[in-house]
Amino acid sequence: MLSIENLHVSVGDKPILKGLSLQIKAGEVHAIMGPNGAGKSTLSHVLSGKSGYTVTSGTVTYQGNNLLDLEPDERAREGVFLAFQYPVEIPGVSNIYLMKAALNAIRKHKGLAEVDAMDFLTLVKDKVKLLEMDESFLYRSVNEGFSGGEKKRNEILQAAILEPSLCILDETDSGLDIDALKVVAAGVDSLRAADRSFLMITHYQRLLDYIKPDIVHVLADGRIVKLGGPELALELEAKGYHWVEEQVA
Amino acid sequence: MSAEQIISQYPAEYKKIADALPGQSIAWLALLRQDSVQQFSAHGFPSLREEEWRYTNVSAIEKKLFSPASSSEIGAIEIDSLNQYLIQDAWSVVLVDGHFSASLSKLDGIPEIVTVMSMSAALEQCADLLEKYFSQSVDSKEHGFVAFNTAWFSDGLFIHVPAKQVLAKPIQILHVVTQAGFMANTRDIIALEESAEVTVVETFVGCDEAYCSAAIMEVSLAQNADLTLYKLQMEGEKAYHFGGIYVKQDRDSRFTHHNFAFGGLLARNDIHTDLGQASECDLNGLYLGVKRQHIDNHTRINHLQPHAISHELYKGVLNQRAKGVFQGRVLVAEQAQKTDSMMNNRNLLLSDDAEADTKPQLEIYADDVKCAHGVTVGQLDEQSIFYLQSRCVDKQTARNMLTFAFANEMVEKIKLPELHDMVLAQLLQRFPQAGIQQDWL
Repeated sequence: MLSIENLHVSVGDKPILKGLSLQIKAGEVHAIMGPNGAGKSTLSHVLSGKSGYTVTSGTVTYQGNNLLDLEPDERAREGVFLAFQYPVEIPGVSNIYLMKAALNAIRKHKGLAEVDAMDFLTLVKDKVKLLEMDESFLYRSVNEGFSGGEKKRNEILQAAILEPSLCILDETDSGLDIDALKVVAAGVDSLRAADRSFLMITHYQRLLDYIKPDIVHVLADGRIVKLGGPELALELEAKGYHWVEEQVA
Repeated sequence: MSAEQIISQYPAEYKKIADALPGQSIAWLALLRQDSVQQFSAHGFPSLREEEWRYTNVSAIEKKLFSPASSSEIGAIEIDSLNQYLIQDAWSVVLVDGHFSASLSKLDGIPEIVTVMSMSAALEQCADLLEKYFSQSVDSKEHGFVAFNTAWFSDGLFIHVPAKQVLAKPIQILHVVTQAGFMANTRDIIALEESAEVTVVETFVGCDEAYCSAAIMEVSLAQNADLTLYKLQMEGEKAYHFGGIYVKQDRDSRFTHHNFAFGGLLARNDIHTDLGQASECDLNGLYLGVKRQHIDNHTRINHLQPHAISHELYKGVLNQRAKGVFQGRVLVAEQAQKTDSMMNNRNLLLSDDAEADTKPQLEIYADDVKCAHGVTVGQLDEQSIFYLQSRCVDKQTARNMLTFAFANEMVEKIKLPELHDMVLAQLLQRFPQAGIQQDWL
């Protein structure tokens, strides 16, 4: 699904990622953990195509193609979905419209006809229930006036409708209380499928209590410094990131 | 010929029509016109040296002589060609080249005690009533256009609504200029007695050639009266537009203004209101500039008595080489305690050559007030563009969507469905980019 080889990324003159490598197979759930400033968000931004980052060397191959060649919207149409750490408010553009436009763009890209309006409504309402959201959120402007938790639910709602192949969750657990975390986690869990991979970026282990990863990577100083199963997350929680950093040094 | 020579030609040119101007036999008006002629002859049109005009150079109209159309010269117009601008569910008054057209207007069914008639008819039939309002909200010393307008207005509209009357339908005033080189110079008066309520729509359109449209409106709102006024300015692209709306608000009255400035090569609006005790004004504006358009909106809110509320939001979208000007002045007099005032101006620049000059001015002489103002001039937010892109929307469409959403906030405030759709259509038409879709909303 996704293969990152020796990726080096700078912001301005400052190197952030310094030789990161990562392989994700279809259907796998990977977690990337690491201390603040390790480069976690940079990784999610580079994968989704945000400007302001320079790839100085390395490759990112997604479904056999060079992902870095594509514009952000092309990546999205190819099935890469980023759930934002800080979802952006778009006043004046309705939430349901954006979801429909995005879904139709993907369908067009696949050579399919536009989604039927009634079918779409049924689909959306179904997913809204899953995420325990009020239907009124559909008709409000994208994220405008949503609370932190509502914004995160809305991100997962979009993922549920767009059915991406690669779902990148950037600190999806941050700012959520325990009840909201359970709902969001259940939403993510329901999306797990044999042809869908997840890259969960998180600072804390608690999200992983609800969504069990296949592989946990520890990112420190721009590189993957440790790799393990779900137990690694628990170990990190107990011993702190300092423990890994010491091991590397 | 130099600009000064042309300026001196204006009085000469307009002297030719003096005899035909309405109300010449009315002593108070004749005197007022005379004073205004003198005022204009001495000072001319406003210059950049005047603080209130420093961003807007009107010298172009001094380089060319715009002539008045006599009532016999006005262009022939079929009502069919105007239907696209007319709200069907409204009473309408059509002014062609500055003259009232009875055949194009539709006033049947207005309650008898309500007066809606052309200014020329009002001067014949109810000059005494008019005198109570004429030149009361603004006088000829305000600036050159007011003097010019008072001296030579050819017609206009008079609306008088007696106490407690609430009109069931809006009244629309459609200004049309049909020929190159014409100047339409009109005067409107709207007077609402105690607790009266009405909605008025002003629409300005014209031909593709250079012409000038100058419209001064005076509004008088008695206690608890309520006026909602929409202005839809979609003059031809070579036109000069000068509009002034001067409002006097008695206690507890409400004035809501929606100002859509879309057309004209050079367009200037002055909106002034004097707020009485516990009165409210809500000023909304949207200006869209393309090519070399220059659009200036100048508002002045005078809090003269305690407990009044003023809210103002003006938004501008400027593309290509267009220039937008916003000057917003709020004055809070010493006795106007408990004033609540909020003023905002937001500008979106879509090109490197577009320009926005914005100048909020607060003068506060009272000590127990709540006054806020905010101004922004910026480009589309990169974070928002990226967010939309990450949701499959291509970059250009994302830009269009955000621009459209920014402007549409002001369109959404329109409470008349027909007018809403008309303005929305204008908004869509004035964004040349492909792929703008109504269902984004």
